[in-house]
Amino acid sequence: MRLNPIVRFAGSKLLRLGLLLLAVALFTFVLLSLSPIDPIQAYVGADMMLISPEQQELIAQRWGLDQPFLARLWDWLGQLLQGNLGISMVFNQPVIEVLANRFQASLQMLAIAWLISGILGLLLGIASGALEGSWIDRAIRLYAYTLASSPTFWVALLLLIVFSVSLKVTPICCAAPPGVLTEDVTIWQHLHHLLLPALTLSIIGIANITLHTRQKLIEVLHSDYVLFAQAQGERLWGIVRHHGFRNILLPALTLQFASLSELFGGSVLVEQVFAYPGLGEATVQAALRSDVPLLVGIVFFSALFVYIGNTIADLSYPIIDPRIRLGGNLEP
Amino acid sequence: MTLIPPQAPLRRSRLQRLTLSRRQQTLWVIGLCSLFLLGIILSTWIIGDTGLNPILAQRNQSPSLDHPFGTDWLGRDMLSRSLHGMSLSLRVGLLAATISAFIGSSLGLAAGTLGGWVDAVITWIVDVFFSLPHLVLLILIAFAVGGGTTGVVVAVALTHWTSLARVIRAEVLQVNSSDYVQLSHRLGRSPLWIARHHMIPHIIPQLLVGLILLFPHAILHEAALSFIGIGLSPHIPAIGIILAESMRHLSTGYWWLGVMPGVLLLLAVKAFDWLGENLRDLLDPKTSQG
Amino acid sequence: MLSISNLSITFTQYNQGLRRKHLHVITDLSLDVQAGEVVAVVGSSGSGKSLLAHTLLGILPTNAEYTGTLLFQGQPLTQKRCERLRGRAIALVPQSVAYLDPLMKVGHQVQRVAQLNGVSPAAARTLTHQTFQRYDLATNTQRRYPFQLSGGMARRVLVSTAVVTQADLVIADEPTPGLHPDVVREALTHLRELAEAGRGVILITHDIEAALQIADRIAVFYAGTTVEIAAAQDFSTGRLRHPYTQALWRSLPKNDFIPLPGNQPNPEQLPEGCLFSDRCPWVTPECTANRPALRQINNGWVRCIHA
Repeated sequence: MRLNPIVRFAGSKLLRLGLLLLAVALFTFVLLSLSPIDPIQAYVGADMMLISPEQQELIAQRWGLDQPFLARLWDWLGQLLQGNLGISMVFNQPVIEVLANRFQASLQMLAIAWLISGILGLLLGIASGALEGSWIDRAIRLYAYTLASSPTFWVALLLLIVFSVSLKVTPICCAAPPGVLTEDVTIWQHLHHLLLPALTLSIIGIANITLHTRQKLIEVLHSDYVLFAQAQGERLWGIVRHHGFRNILLPALTLQFASLSELFGGSVLVEQVFAYPGLGEATVQAALRSDVPLLVGIVFFSALFVYIGNTIADLSYPIIDPRIRLGGNLEP
Repeated sequence: MTLIPPQAPLRRSRLQRLTLSRRQQTLWVIGLCSLFLLGIILSTWIIGDTGLNPILAQRNQSPSLDHPFGTDWLGRDMLSRSLHGMSLSLRVGLLAATISAFIGSSLGLAAGTLGGWVDAVITWIVDVFFSLPHLVLLILIAFAVGGGTTGVVVAVALTHWTSLARVIRAEVLQVNSSDYVQLSHRLGRSPLWIARHHMIPHIIPQLLVGLILLFPHAILHEAALSFIGIGLSPHIPAIGIILAESMRHLSTGYWWLGVMPGVLLLLAVKAFDWLGENLRDLLDPKTSQG
Repeated sequence: MLSISNLSITFTQYNQGLRRKHLHVITDLSLDVQAGEVVAVVGSSGSGKSLLAHTLLGILPTNAEYTGTLLFQGQPLTQKRCERLRGRAIALVPQSVAYLDPLMKVGHQVQRVAQLNGVSPAAARTLTHQTFQRYDLATNTQRRYPFQLSGGMARRVLVSTAVVTQADLVIADEPTPGLHPDVVREALTHLRELAEAGRGVILITHDIEAALQIADRIAVFYAGTTVEIAAAQDFSTGRLRHPYTQALWRSLPKNDFIPLPGNQPNPEQLPEGCLFSDRCPWVTPECTANRPALRQINNGWVRCIHA
């Protein structure tokens, strides 16, 4: 009996995910079918003049471009259900493999950025909220608001100018030193190349977490229970430690998981600036070189990624908040 | 008997006599930001082609009094180039944001007033939009439309309406459940009459603030798309393209090519933020008691 | 022990268009409390009762300014001294469980109050345990979260927070609304016990009947000022001095049940003269000209020139 709600919950979450992916699939397919871009011309590029119409026809047939709209949609959905996302034209590899390789490269960067921005954002937000109106608060807010309105790619550019060009402490691009084979890259070289992109992403991610944490802490500090804690003689830092932290942790955690969407978007721009061969860079490649299967694969993958983040955020509530966990069940 | 000296409040009120009142401060910020943004937009016509022609004798100069933003590898003045680029980006961003605000308010109004399945469908569309990273969605739409200026405008316009639609929908629902609207319904007023007399006056301020706060996002995303190379064509030097070009000259140490246009972009975005927030303070002080 | 005279509090707010406005929420308020007595502060909502408690604890919002004299145990009660004394010499029993941290177990919260009084963690645990036992709270109550408490349990937990302190002055803010009559009686008894133990108790309430059950003296607040301070027996013996107090007494169900028409004046635009003048049956031109001072009549105080 106890398992029932969990099964129902998982079931509804999976159903929602299925519907969402279907919606994304339909949306993407319609959008791309309406696109004026000719995939063959985009693929072949400047060599188009060298290819005969017969050869073009052959390519179109091989890609199934000569089928009518509904047939293509039906065929495509069928393939999707079998887990076949097609072949990437740019990388000449199954899309699934490209996604796996590229995401592996991005994952470490995303994870580092996610952790740093979460922890630092929380600390800065607490300092700023607890000292509301002070110089520290103003400085932190100025920093957060300025970053929130800074173009991500420009921040990456600035850090590149400072650390890679002027100070020469970090590499200027890529995931490994030039000329070194993937198998020969040491862990230090790997981290060295990862450092600046990850740092850029964290710096940008901090702003959102900081401002939300600050807002939430100020809300808590104006609550009745903090008023009572003050009346008990609790000092500011005691209040933050005993009541503030407890009450802002849940919203901060939720926000942190929900921020995966922005993190992913940020990684596209950051990887572009640092020429870091991750999933974000692949997104730009796919769009610039009209690699439709890869672009569609990335769209699906990012939807899944965001959905998992949001689902974890939803799940964290009943686990952490006793008001939901215990649900007012009063023992006699 | 001792009188308690109300120290802190006294000090505060003395300070207030010296500086402007909050209302005046707010009005000043609104005025200055509008002036700054208008200046950038109009700069294209004011300065014309000055500084845009290549002068090879003054290539790659770092910022100086003559060239506050320095010059590029062709000897063009970076300030002129940045202003032209920024003006273009602002106009593209404004166009896209305005379309977006129109979509957002129409769908928000529709969802709020019609309710039922219309509301359900619109809410669902909003959810689907939120389920993808914003930038991925932008790239997908810009790509599908075929890139270029049209691509940017369509992509930005189609992806920024969601939060405004939510705000407007909530506002409509709130006004709709209020006593005076309920009374109008019972008096047999037509939905159009109610919309004109009760809805519009409440929604216009929200819409105005929402629209202005949309601009910075629209401009940032326009710049990002152009930077990646999916946006405006390289022949129309929008701010994102100027920054992307600077990437090629970074390793040579010409930092100003990347820094200065970015500063201008940041200032423009901040000006919109300040404008929107101060306007909101003025129209609705309750949400921002500080 | 506590003496308040001519306390005035003003709030500064901004309205639409960011124009500044001032709210006079408390005007010329006076009150004194001795050790071992219960003084009830009675008034309808908006009369400034809760603000009085917040002033004594130094927890007024930052947009409030106040003037007047506050003496606690003979010494002026400055903001600094408030911060030193609150929780130790002056304790608050709040209105409801909304004043407890929703995510912290209640035993832990009471224990924390004891620790803030300088008690060691181990001793605080014992003290909490003893106090909960004294109020018939089961041991597992300590492990509950505020939302899991019933109305009666919540009252006893809230009183416990004051009992574990050594406070000389206990301020109970609206301890009775929305409770079952038995729980009300129990809550009031607990407060009376605190006074019997030699502490001074201020009972803030809008419920005169509850106040009369345990209070030695009753201060009646109207529009942020004290209109009368009377002994509890003055009510039943018909020796009330102020027309507002008399009207309140008459409006009780067990008496004539006649409500007083009209409302308290808006704190943005207080009348020039007596704050009660626009609703007073005794009003004369002198009343609207000047604010009456607090006068001593028959061992009580009244703010009315006609009393």
